[in-house]
Amino acid sequence: MSIINDSVVDNQRSYLVEVFVSLKPVVNDPQGLSIRDGLNSLGYAEVEAVRAGKYLRVTLSAESASDAETRVRRMCEQLLANPVTETFHLVVTPLNDH
Amino acid sequence: MKFGVVVFPGSNGDHDALKAVELGLQEEVVPIWHKDTSVAGCDALLIPGGFSYGDYLRAGAIARFSPIVDAITSFANDGGPVLGICNGFQVLTEAGLLPGALLKNAGLSFSSTWVHVRTETDRTPFTVGIDPGTVLRLPIAHGQGRYFIAPDDLATLEANDQIVFRYTDSKGHEDDAHNPNGSVAHIAGICNQRGNVVALMPHPERAYDALIGGDEGLQILRAVVHAGLSAVSA
Repeated sequence: MSIINDSVVDNQRSYLVEVFVSLKPVVNDPQGLSIRDGLNSLGYAEVEAVRAGKYLRVTLSAESASDAETRVRRMCEQLLANPVTETFHLVVTPLNDH
Repeated sequence: MKFGVVVFPGSNGDHDALKAVELGLQEEVVPIWHKDTSVAGCDALLIPGGFSYGDYLRAGAIARFSPIVDAITSFANDGGPVLGICNGFQVLTEAGLLPGALLKNAGLSFSSTWVHVRTETDRTPFTVGIDPGTVLRLPIAHGQGRYFIAPDDLATLEANDQIVFRYTDSKGHEDDAHNPNGSVAHIAGICNQRGNVVALMPHPERAYDALIGGDEGLQILRAVVHAGLSAVSA
Protein backbone atom coordinates (compact mmCIF):
# COMPACT_ATOMS: atom_id res chain seq x y z
CA MET A 1 0.00 0.00 0.00
CA SER A 2 2.74 2.40 0.97
CA ILE A 3 4.65 1.54 -2.20
CA ILE A 4 1.65 2.53 -4.32
CA ASN A 5 1.23 5.74 -2.39
CA ASP A 6 4.89 6.57 -2.79
CA SER A 7 4.78 5.98 -6.52
CA VAL A 8 1.74 8.26 -6.80
CA VAL A 9 3.53 10.98 -4.90
CA ASP A 10 6.57 10.55 -7.14
CA ASN A 11 4.46 11.12 -10.24
CA GLN A 12 3.01 14.35 -8.95
CA ARG A 13 4.50 17.69 -9.77
CA SER A 14 3.42 21.26 -9.52
CA TYR A 15 1.72 23.15 -12.27
CA LEU A 16 0.68 26.73 -12.63
CA VAL A 17 -2.67 27.07 -14.35
CA GLU A 18 -3.52 30.60 -15.43
CA VAL A 19 -7.26 31.17 -15.72
CA PHE A 20 -8.59 33.95 -17.95
CA VAL A 21 -12.28 34.60 -17.27
CA SER A 22 -14.19 36.89 -19.58
CA LEU A 23 -17.79 37.79 -20.22
CA LYS A 24 -19.44 35.95 -23.09
CA PRO A 25 -19.56 38.03 -26.29
CA VAL A 26 -23.36 38.30 -25.97
CA VAL A 27 -23.06 39.92 -22.51
CA ASN A 28 -22.73 43.70 -22.42
CA ASP A 29 -19.50 44.80 -20.69
CA PRO A 30 -19.88 48.38 -19.42
CA GLN A 31 -16.42 48.27 -17.79
CA GLY A 32 -14.79 47.40 -21.09
CA LEU A 33 -16.76 50.12 -22.89
CA SER A 34 -15.67 52.73 -20.31
CA ILE A 35 -12.02 51.67 -20.58
CA ARG A 36 -12.22 51.85 -24.37
CA ASP A 37 -13.67 55.36 -24.14
CA GLY A 38 -10.84 56.32 -21.79
CA LEU A 39 -8.22 55.03 -24.23
CA ASN A 40 -9.94 56.87 -27.08
CA SER A 41 -9.88 60.04 -24.96
CA LEU A 42 -6.13 59.59 -24.41
CA GLY A 43 -5.69 59.73 -28.17
CA TYR A 44 -5.64 56.02 -28.94
CA ALA A 45 -8.24 56.44 -31.62
CA GLU A 46 -7.29 53.04 -33.09
CA VAL A 47 -8.76 51.18 -30.10
CA GLU A 48 -11.96 49.54 -31.29
CA ALA A 49 -12.95 47.40 -28.34
CA VAL A 50 -11.89 46.45 -24.81
CA ARG A 51 -13.34 43.58 -22.81
CA ALA A 52 -12.60 43.43 -19.09
CA GLY A 53 -12.20 40.12 -17.26
CA LYS A 54 -10.53 38.29 -14.40
CA TYR A 55 -7.14 36.66 -14.12
CA LEU A 56 -6.57 33.87 -11.59
CA ARG A 57 -3.42 31.83 -10.95
CA VAL A 58 -4.04 28.34 -9.58
CA THR A 59 -1.00 26.35 -8.42
CA LEU A 60 -1.70 22.66 -7.95
CA SER A 61 -0.07 19.25 -8.00
CA ALA A 62 -1.06 16.88 -10.78
CA GLU A 63 0.21 13.85 -12.62
CA SER A 64 0.45 15.62 -15.97
CA ALA A 65 -0.28 18.90 -17.68
CA SER A 66 -3.50 17.49 -19.10
CA ASP A 67 -4.52 16.25 -15.64
CA ALA A 68 -3.89 19.73 -14.22
CA GLU A 69 -5.94 21.28 -17.00
CA THR A 70 -8.81 18.83 -16.51
CA ARG A 71 -8.94 19.56 -12.78
CA VAL A 72 -8.91 23.35 -13.19
CA ARG A 73 -11.50 23.12 -15.98
CA ARG A 74 -13.80 21.40 -13.48
CA MET A 75 -13.04 24.12 -10.92
CA CYS A 76 -14.01 26.77 -13.47
CA GLU A 77 -17.27 25.00 -14.30
CA GLN A 78 -18.15 24.68 -10.61
CA LEU A 79 -16.94 27.97 -9.16
CA LEU A 80 -14.32 30.10 -10.87
CA ALA A 81 -16.54 31.13 -13.79
CA ASN A 82 -20.30 31.55 -14.00
CA PRO A 83 -21.52 29.50 -16.98
CA VAL A 84 -24.50 31.84 -17.46
CA THR A 85 -22.38 34.89 -18.24
CA GLU A 86 -18.72 33.95 -18.52
CA THR A 87 -16.27 31.91 -20.55
CA PHE A 88 -12.69 31.01 -19.67
CA HIS A 89 -9.47 29.70 -21.11
CA LEU A 90 -6.51 28.08 -19.41
CA VAL A 91 -2.75 28.18 -19.85
CA VAL A 92 -0.83 25.38 -18.10
CA THR A 93 2.85 25.73 -17.18
CA PRO A 94 4.88 23.07 -15.34
CA LEU A 95 6.75 24.46 -12.33
CA ASN A 96 10.28 23.41 -11.38
CA ASP A 97 10.21 21.32 -8.23
CA HIS A 98 12.79 21.63 -5.48
CA MET B 1 -45.89 32.52 11.47
CA LYS B 2 -42.15 32.24 12.13
CA PHE B 3 -39.68 33.95 9.81
CA GLY B 4 -35.97 33.22 9.58
CA VAL B 5 -33.39 35.73 8.35
CA VAL B 6 -30.19 34.08 7.13
CA VAL B 7 -27.05 35.93 8.21
CA PHE B 8 -23.83 35.55 6.20
CA PRO B 9 -20.55 37.25 7.06
CA GLY B 10 -20.99 40.54 5.21
CA SER B 11 -24.79 40.62 5.27
CA ASN B 12 -25.91 44.14 6.11
CA GLY B 13 -29.64 44.00 5.42
CA ASP B 14 -30.28 41.35 8.06
CA HIS B 15 -31.34 43.80 10.75
CA ASP B 16 -33.59 45.65 8.32
CA ALA B 17 -35.30 42.34 7.56
CA LEU B 18 -35.59 41.39 11.24
CA LYS B 19 -37.11 44.81 12.09
CA ALA B 20 -39.47 44.75 9.11
CA VAL B 21 -40.97 41.44 10.29
CA GLU B 22 -40.92 42.37 13.97
CA LEU B 23 -42.30 45.92 13.68
CA GLY B 24 -43.98 45.93 10.28
CA LEU B 25 -45.65 42.52 10.32
CA GLN B 26 -45.53 41.91 14.08
CA GLU B 27 -44.70 38.28 13.44
CA GLU B 28 -42.08 36.08 15.09
CA VAL B 29 -38.62 36.25 13.50
CA VAL B 30 -35.20 34.75 14.29
CA PRO B 31 -31.75 35.21 12.76
CA ILE B 32 -30.17 32.05 11.32
CA TRP B 33 -26.35 32.01 11.28
CA HIS B 34 -24.77 30.79 8.05
CA LYS B 35 -22.99 27.95 9.86
CA ASP B 36 -26.28 26.51 11.11
CA THR B 37 -27.47 23.38 9.37
CA SER B 38 -31.22 23.71 9.91
CA VAL B 39 -33.79 26.42 9.28
CA ALA B 40 -34.90 26.21 12.93
CA GLY B 41 -38.54 25.40 12.29
CA CYS B 42 -39.18 28.58 10.32
CA ASP B 43 -42.17 28.86 7.99
CA ALA B 44 -40.55 31.39 5.62
CA LEU B 45 -36.95 32.39 4.92
CA LEU B 46 -35.52 35.77 4.00
CA ILE B 47 -32.05 35.94 2.43
CA PRO B 48 -31.04 39.55 3.09
CA GLY B 49 -28.96 42.11 1.29
CA GLY B 50 -25.33 42.98 1.84
CA PHE B 51 -21.96 41.83 0.61
CA SER B 52 -21.68 38.22 1.71
CA TYR B 53 -18.01 37.19 1.77
CA GLY B 54 -17.08 40.62 0.45
CA ASP B 55 -18.59 39.81 -2.97
CA TYR B 56 -15.28 37.99 -3.63
CA LEU B 57 -15.01 36.34 -7.05
CA ARG B 58 -18.63 37.24 -7.90
CA ALA B 59 -21.44 38.54 -5.71
CA GLY B 60 -22.98 35.55 -3.94
CA ALA B 61 -20.47 33.05 -5.32
CA ILE B 62 -18.87 32.03 -2.03
CA ALA B 63 -21.96 32.21 0.19
CA ARG B 64 -23.38 29.10 -1.43
CA PHE B 65 -20.73 27.01 0.34
CA SER B 66 -22.07 28.01 3.75
CA PRO B 67 -23.61 25.03 5.58
CA ILE B 68 -27.01 26.76 5.80
CA VAL B 69 -27.41 26.76 2.01
CA ASP B 70 -28.04 22.99 1.97
CA ALA B 71 -30.82 23.53 4.50
CA ILE B 72 -32.25 26.41 2.44
CA THR B 73 -32.19 24.19 -0.64
CA SER B 74 -34.05 21.37 1.15
CA PHE B 75 -36.58 23.87 2.52
CA ALA B 76 -37.11 25.27 -0.98
CA ASN B 77 -37.39 21.81 -2.55
CA ASP B 78 -40.10 20.99 -0.01
CA GLY B 79 -42.04 24.04 -1.23
CA GLY B 80 -41.12 26.42 1.61
CA PRO B 81 -41.32 30.13 0.76
CA VAL B 82 -37.91 31.77 0.29
CA LEU B 83 -37.38 35.46 -0.52
CA GLY B 84 -33.96 36.66 -1.69
CA ILE B 85 -33.35 40.39 -1.45
CA CYS B 86 -30.52 42.11 -3.32
CA ASN B 87 -27.42 40.09 -2.32
CA GLY B 88 -29.87 37.32 -1.41
CA PHE B 89 -30.95 37.30 -5.09
CA GLN B 90 -27.29 36.96 -6.10
CA VAL B 91 -26.78 34.10 -3.62
CA LEU B 92 -29.86 32.23 -4.90
CA THR B 93 -28.74 32.44 -8.54
CA GLU B 94 -25.20 31.33 -7.66
CA ALA B 95 -26.64 28.43 -5.63
CA GLY B 96 -28.67 27.34 -8.65
CA LEU B 97 -32.04 27.89 -6.96
CA LEU B 98 -32.93 30.59 -9.49
CA PRO B 99 -31.91 30.96 -13.15
CA GLY B 100 -29.78 33.73 -14.62
CA ALA B 101 -27.11 35.95 -13.09
CA LEU B 102 -26.61 39.48 -11.80
CA LEU B 103 -23.93 41.67 -13.33
CA LYS B 104 -22.37 45.04 -12.71
CA ASN B 105 -24.88 47.84 -13.32
CA ALA B 106 -24.89 49.10 -16.90
CA GLY B 107 -24.10 52.62 -15.65
CA LEU B 108 -21.21 51.21 -13.53
CA SER B 109 -22.25 53.26 -10.50
CA PHE B 110 -23.72 51.96 -7.26
CA SER B 111 -27.41 52.96 -7.32
CA SER B 112 -29.10 53.97 -4.10
CA THR B 113 -32.51 55.43 -4.82
CA TRP B 114 -36.23 54.69 -4.88
CA VAL B 115 -37.74 52.96 -7.88
CA HIS B 116 -41.11 51.66 -9.00
CA VAL B 117 -41.74 48.04 -9.87
CA ARG B 118 -44.80 46.48 -11.45
CA THR B 119 -46.05 43.21 -10.02
CA GLU B 120 -46.28 40.70 -12.86
CA THR B 121 -47.80 37.65 -11.21
CA ASP B 122 -49.73 36.80 -8.07
CA ARG B 123 -48.94 33.09 -8.13
CA THR B 124 -46.01 33.31 -5.69
CA PRO B 125 -46.33 33.30 -1.89
CA PHE B 126 -44.80 36.80 -1.84
CA THR B 127 -47.26 38.31 -4.33
CA VAL B 128 -50.46 36.40 -3.63
CA GLY B 129 -53.24 38.94 -3.11
CA ILE B 130 -51.30 41.67 -4.97
CA ASP B 131 -53.09 42.19 -8.27
CA PRO B 132 -50.84 41.84 -11.33
CA GLY B 133 -50.15 45.34 -12.61
CA THR B 134 -49.89 46.78 -9.10
CA VAL B 135 -47.02 49.29 -8.91
CA LEU B 136 -44.93 49.32 -5.73
CA ARG B 137 -42.43 52.01 -4.72
CA LEU B 138 -39.30 50.44 -3.22
CA PRO B 139 -35.70 51.44 -2.55
CA ILE B 140 -32.70 49.93 -4.32
CA ALA B 141 -29.06 49.91 -3.18
CA HIS B 142 -26.78 47.83 -5.38
CA GLY B 143 -23.79 47.89 -7.70
CA GLN B 144 -24.40 44.51 -9.33
CA GLY B 145 -28.09 44.30 -10.09
CA ARG B 146 -28.21 43.94 -13.85
CA TYR B 147 -30.21 40.78 -14.37
CA PHE B 148 -28.97 38.71 -17.29
CA ILE B 149 -30.29 35.54 -18.83
CA ALA B 150 -29.69 34.12 -22.32
CA PRO B 151 -32.48 34.91 -24.84
CA ASP B 152 -33.76 31.31 -25.02
CA ASP B 153 -33.91 31.06 -21.24
CA LEU B 154 -35.65 34.44 -21.06
CA ALA B 155 -38.38 33.06 -23.32
CA THR B 156 -38.73 30.08 -20.96
CA LEU B 157 -38.93 32.44 -17.99
CA GLU B 158 -41.74 34.39 -19.68
CA ALA B 159 -43.57 31.24 -20.77
CA ASN B 160 -43.41 29.81 -17.23
CA ASP B 161 -44.70 33.01 -15.60
CA GLN B 162 -41.45 33.36 -13.63
CA ILE B 163 -41.03 37.13 -13.96
CA VAL B 164 -42.39 38.59 -10.72
CA PHE B 165 -41.41 42.29 -10.85
CA ARG B 166 -40.35 44.72 -13.59
CA TYR B 167 -38.88 48.22 -13.22
CA THR B 168 -41.35 50.83 -14.47
CA ASP B 169 -42.29 54.46 -13.98
CA SER B 170 -44.81 55.36 -11.30
CA LYS B 171 -47.66 54.58 -13.71
CA GLY B 172 -46.41 51.06 -14.45
CA HIS B 173 -44.93 51.70 -17.90
CA GLU B 174 -41.48 50.26 -18.52
CA ASP B 175 -38.84 52.17 -20.47
CA ASP B 176 -35.05 52.39 -20.43
CA ALA B 177 -35.12 55.61 -18.38
CA HIS B 178 -36.69 53.73 -15.46
CA ASN B 179 -34.47 50.66 -15.68
CA PRO B 180 -31.85 51.52 -13.03
CA ASN B 181 -29.23 48.93 -13.94
CA GLY B 182 -29.78 47.72 -17.49
CA SER B 183 -31.52 44.49 -16.54
CA VAL B 184 -32.71 42.42 -19.49
CA ALA B 185 -36.45 42.92 -20.15
CA HIS B 186 -36.54 45.39 -17.20
CA ILE B 187 -36.56 42.44 -14.79
CA ALA B 188 -36.40 43.39 -11.10
CA GLY B 189 -37.48 40.06 -9.62
CA ILE B 190 -38.11 36.46 -10.61
CA CYS B 191 -39.20 33.13 -9.13
CA ASN B 192 -38.41 29.49 -9.70
CA GLN B 193 -40.73 27.37 -11.82
CA ARG B 194 -42.71 26.23 -8.78
CA GLY B 195 -43.06 29.84 -7.62
CA ASN B 196 -42.01 29.35 -3.98
CA VAL B 197 -38.50 30.82 -4.35
CA VAL B 198 -38.70 34.52 -5.20
CA ALA B 199 -35.96 37.14 -5.38
CA LEU B 200 -35.70 40.80 -6.27
CA MET B 201 -33.04 43.50 -6.25
CA PRO B 202 -35.18 46.20 -4.55
CA HIS B 203 -35.53 46.15 -0.77
CA PRO B 204 -39.12 45.54 0.43
CA GLU B 205 -37.80 45.24 4.02
CA ARG B 206 -36.59 48.86 3.84
CA ALA B 207 -40.12 50.02 3.00
CA TYR B 208 -42.26 48.76 5.87
CA ASP B 209 -43.33 52.07 7.39
CA ALA B 210 -44.11 55.56 6.06
CA LEU B 211 -41.72 56.87 8.74
CA ILE B 212 -38.75 55.41 6.86
CA GLY B 213 -39.87 56.70 3.48
CA GLY B 214 -42.43 54.18 2.35
CA ASP B 215 -44.48 51.17 3.39
CA GLU B 216 -45.28 49.44 0.12
CA GLY B 217 -42.68 46.73 0.66
CA LEU B 218 -44.75 45.45 3.51
CA GLN B 219 -47.27 44.07 1.00
CA ILE B 220 -44.65 41.58 -0.20
CA LEU B 221 -43.81 40.39 3.31
CA ARG B 222 -47.46 40.33 4.36
CA ALA B 223 -48.42 38.25 1.33
CA VAL B 224 -46.49 35.27 2.63
CA VAL B 225 -48.28 35.48 5.97
CA HIS B 226 -51.62 35.28 4.17
CA ALA B 227 -50.27 32.53 1.91
CA GLY B 228 -49.09 30.61 4.97
CA LEU B 229 -52.43 30.99 6.72
CA SER B 230 -54.37 29.86 3.67
CA ALA B 231 -52.08 26.83 3.31
CA VAL B 232 -52.79 25.89 6.91
CA SER B 233 -56.54 26.27 6.54
CA ALA B 234 -56.64 24.49 3.16
